[in-house]
Amino acid sequence: MSTDGLTPADGRAGTFLSVRDLSVEFLSEGMTLRAINGVDFDLHLGETLCFLGESGSGKTVTMRALVQLLPPTARIGGTVLLDGVDVLALDADRLRAIRGTQVSMIFQEPMTALDPVFTVGHQIAEVVVWHEGISWSTGRARALEMLELVQVPSARRRLDAYPHELSGGLRQRVMIALALSCRPKLLLADEPTTALDATVQIQILLLLRELQRELGMATIFVTHDLGVACEISDRVAVMYAGRFVETGAMAEVIDAPRHPYTIGLLNSTVHAGSERGKLAPIPGAPPDLLDMPPGCAFGPRCPRVVAACRERVPDLEELAPGRSARCPRTGIPDG
Amino acid sequence: MNATPATADPPARAATDPHGDGRPILSVSGLRKYFRLRGGSGGVGPAYVQAVDGISFTVATGETLGVVGESGCGKSTTARLLMRLIEPDDGEMLLDGRDVGGRDGMSLRTLRRNVQMVFQDSYSSLNPRHTMAEEVSFGLAARGVRRAEARRRAAEVLEFVGLEPAIFADRYPHELSGGQRQRVNVARALALNPRLLLLDEAVSSLDKSVEAQVLNLLIEIKERLGLTYVFISHDLNVVRFISDRVLVMYLGKVVEIGPVDKVYGHPGHPYTRALIASRLSMDPRRRIDAPPVAGDLPSPINPPSGCRFRTRCPLAEPVCASVDPVLDRFGAEPAHLAACHALVPGSGHGQAPERGAGTALETGGSRR
Repeated sequence: MSTDGLTPADGRAGTFLSVRDLSVEFLSEGMTLRAINGVDFDLHLGETLCFLGESGSGKTVTMRALVQLLPPTARIGGTVLLDGVDVLALDADRLRAIRGTQVSMIFQEPMTALDPVFTVGHQIAEVVVWHEGISWSTGRARALEMLELVQVPSARRRLDAYPHELSGGLRQRVMIALALSCRPKLLLADEPTTALDATVQIQILLLLRELQRELGMATIFVTHDLGVACEISDRVAVMYAGRFVETGAMAEVIDAPRHPYTIGLLNSTVHAGSERGKLAPIPGAPPDLLDMPPGCAFGPRCPRVVAACRERVPDLEELAPGRSARCPRTGIPDG
Repeated sequence: MNATPATADPPARAATDPHGDGRPILSVSGLRKYFRLRGGSGGVGPAYVQAVDGISFTVATGETLGVVGESGCGKSTTARLLMRLIEPDDGEMLLDGRDVGGRDGMSLRTLRRNVQMVFQDSYSSLNPRHTMAEEVSFGLAARGVRRAEARRRAAEVLEFVGLEPAIFADRYPHELSGGQRQRVNVARALALNPRLLLLDEAVSSLDKSVEAQVLNLLIEIKERLGLTYVFISHDLNVVRFISDRVLVMYLGKVVEIGPVDKVYGHPGHPYTRALIASRLSMDPRRRIDAPPVAGDLPSPINPPSGCRFRTRCPLAEPVCASVDPVLDRFGAEPAHLAACHALVPGSGHGQAPERGAGTALETGGSRR
């Protein structure tokens, strides 16, 4: 497949996605839950940014807010410029036109994201027919091309398979084919390998890496798994309680984490090199978003906390170009 | 939340190793469970899911045996068989050398006083209408312990797992975080003073920072109470971290078993090698370039003949389809076994070591 004249993966053709002061509130029963508080970032074509965080950190809500895929109780603030277009100002029809063609999304659970009563070939063809106004036979040819692109074995036969007839790994490949069928420039991936077995997970990660290089897309990848983040992303934004707490190149953040939460997360993760014996977990649990502590949300669990941390939320300060942390005490050793 | 149960007295615990000589606490041979499917296979006769197909292993007193494998490999069915939550179709199970079940065997009541289980889903495994004290004392009450005594014991065990009884005893499951609920599940399992805990994906649905807390708790209570663990997980890094020995399952069969360092350092079976190589590096400069194994797991309904891994195996030869490989020693370590024709002299596999020339001692070390 051609790259449609897009910039190569390592190109810096300027910002494709620009997000400023993004916030999301959910209103229910008279209460306001602030899920996202002021997220800013830029993304270039060919680049993969990972939102890394634990449950409730806001990583999925942030991603869904970019294309307004949130329930009606959500109130989204800030600006999202996609190739210069203000996505949050679009009406329903124009939103539908960019979903699939400009931006596409893949989900954790392909079984619930695919329609059980249509064959996978039909589902892919439908998207192309709808968006590009081509005939069903051309749509079906595109579906076959897409299944081959995502390396589904015996692709021609699989066109007429229903989702339940496929294994988990093949279903995830089909969902990727569906998402890429109109050649989007931005791919949003929400934990797409979390439900897969280890030997299948690595196949899908390698496929996504290869497709991204080939198609030159910008990708946002949501995960809770540090190993997955290291395998796929160029840059990472670590999230905690609805905010970025640390950002930077993946390797730099892994080598020299600066925010105490990132440090704690790395110390809590059992990896191939973990010594037998004790881990150093972060004490306590993440805060209740309806009952946030004053000041820094990580304060109650933080080994470096001082009185000033409780007074106001620290700013995301730039430590070096492309590298930032939301902690005024990054230079202070733990102890 | 207090991360360590440092202050509480350990629950009363008699000698955990009645023989004091590391004899197996649990010994299983030929355990088999097929589930019949409604509607059949579309062909002739009923279809069966061959969930666990004739597995054998022992668990030594005081050790942690890790059980690892992917979905459909039978690891959770194995745990349920060991607890007798489901009845095996065939096979023998000895606890402390005594037969479990059967006419003259150990009663299930005795089995479950000695063996307890912690499940993956901390929420659905607690009764939503029980307070934590009621939940933890339920098993004691069912065994005739007086109410006041059972409640006192519940408080003791809650404190032991790091939950202050004054705060948590009267709370309901929905008032607790995931990590706290999993501590309650551990407390409930400990209330009856078991000697063997079956941990079925017990930390798998927890966030990493909480998972580490619960892993530390499990390690600590095992040391303090002298328990034995069977730790079932799909997470290869966690299994390596916590286990003394590891058992690798694939489609209802044991493909490899051995000391943790041997299985991870010198895996014998091609499936184990692929599984170990699928672990992500946590280093963006050391990414994986090619998938260690292609394809998905086949269905356990009609598993491949002979070696069940042969459909994905890079070493597969005709003998693999016709002969079911058995667990055999293949390296210098006598406790390290794998079920692969390519490792066994005279198996008929082209890559099998020469009979006599390369004894198991030499081939084991150099293989990879």
